[in-house]
Amino acid sequence: MTGKSMIKRFLALLLLAGIGAMFASLLLAYVPDTDLNFTARYYAENTASDIGAANIVTAIIVTYRGLDTLGEVTVLFLASGIVGLVLSFGRKRDSTPRNLVPVGELLTTASQHLAPVIMLLGVYVFVNGHLTPGGGFQGGAIIASGMLLLLLSDPLKRFSHTLIATVESFSGIAYIALGLIGLVLAGGFLDSRILPNGILGELISAGAIPLIYSLIGLKVGAEFSSMLTSLSETEDL
Amino acid sequence: MIYIAMATGFLLILIGFYGALTNRNLLRMIVAFSIADTGVNLVIISVGYLPGRTAPILDTTVTAAAAATRIIDPVPQALVLTAIVIGVGITALMLAYALKLYEKKRTLDIAKFTELKW
Repeated sequence: MTGKSMIKRFLALLLLAGIGAMFASLLLAYVPDTDLNFTARYYAENTASDIGAANIVTAIIVTYRGLDTLGEVTVLFLASGIVGLVLSFGRKRDSTPRNLVPVGELLTTASQHLAPVIMLLGVYVFVNGHLTPGGGFQGGAIIASGMLLLLLSDPLKRFSHTLIATVESFSGIAYIALGLIGLVLAGGFLDSRILPNGILGELISAGAIPLIYSLIGLKVGAEFSSMLTSLSETEDL
Repeated sequence: MIYIAMATGFLLILIGFYGALTNRNLLRMIVAFSIADTGVNLVIISVGYLPGRTAPILDTTVTAAAAATRIIDPVPQALVLTAIVIGVGITALMLAYALKLYEKKRTLDIAKFTELKW
């Protein structure tokens, strides 16, 4: 190791020691609350009667802070769009097929059998987002992980960009449309109470939350899948 | 328990920073950023934890009436859900840029990229 990189490493350690000291003072002074704060108490007390969702986190994400979630989905959409844009610059169209190491019987067979089950699990997770831990973002990520398994077993596999783009656009537009319907029929933009709340803890309950979260799940799954396919379609370097 | 989670989170942040500062390989730096990201999420989650309470999901044991005294703070969990998803987007962007940089210079060594150095 040369002297210059030693100095750099020493400076890095010095900086980390400073940050570590700040963290340590935060940690040592931290006393956990014994009661919920004002906001959390409001959510805990009013979610069941107002929104009808058993999962309070889902009620916050989809309804109370629905606008933030719309922004989040937009950020994700932008990220996947920029990934596609950046990777498509200077891409060679007439590429020769890559010579890849065979992936092996085990992975090929397993991915054929597991990928549909994984995608089904993803759908289950986002349909039940208002009842159990999970929801649109988690379900979408699970669907994309099924896509990743398919890509691992066959790196030359090409998914239909049109299909992914269609799913993404449809779910995005339907999400906004549901939000606008909330503006007319209920209390405001993205209000889930355009449908009856139903009985707490049943699959068809919590107003439009299952619908909205399923659309978010489809959109997130399509966005992650488009990132994966963009990355997998880059030419051999 | 809460201190273990929080201390682990802070430790992960420090490990991530150390990795990002000392590694010169772009891919290793991206991994380091992901580790630091995980640490931040862990710290935020542990702030919302209240001793002796359970997850913010209503059922027969945690009824709607008793929720305010039985559940932990749901707000940090909602925040972290957002942060995780955005983290994935950031990681994908970093990977795409790393790929492009490799295409240009045929190297992932950050010290070889001197265009913005003064």
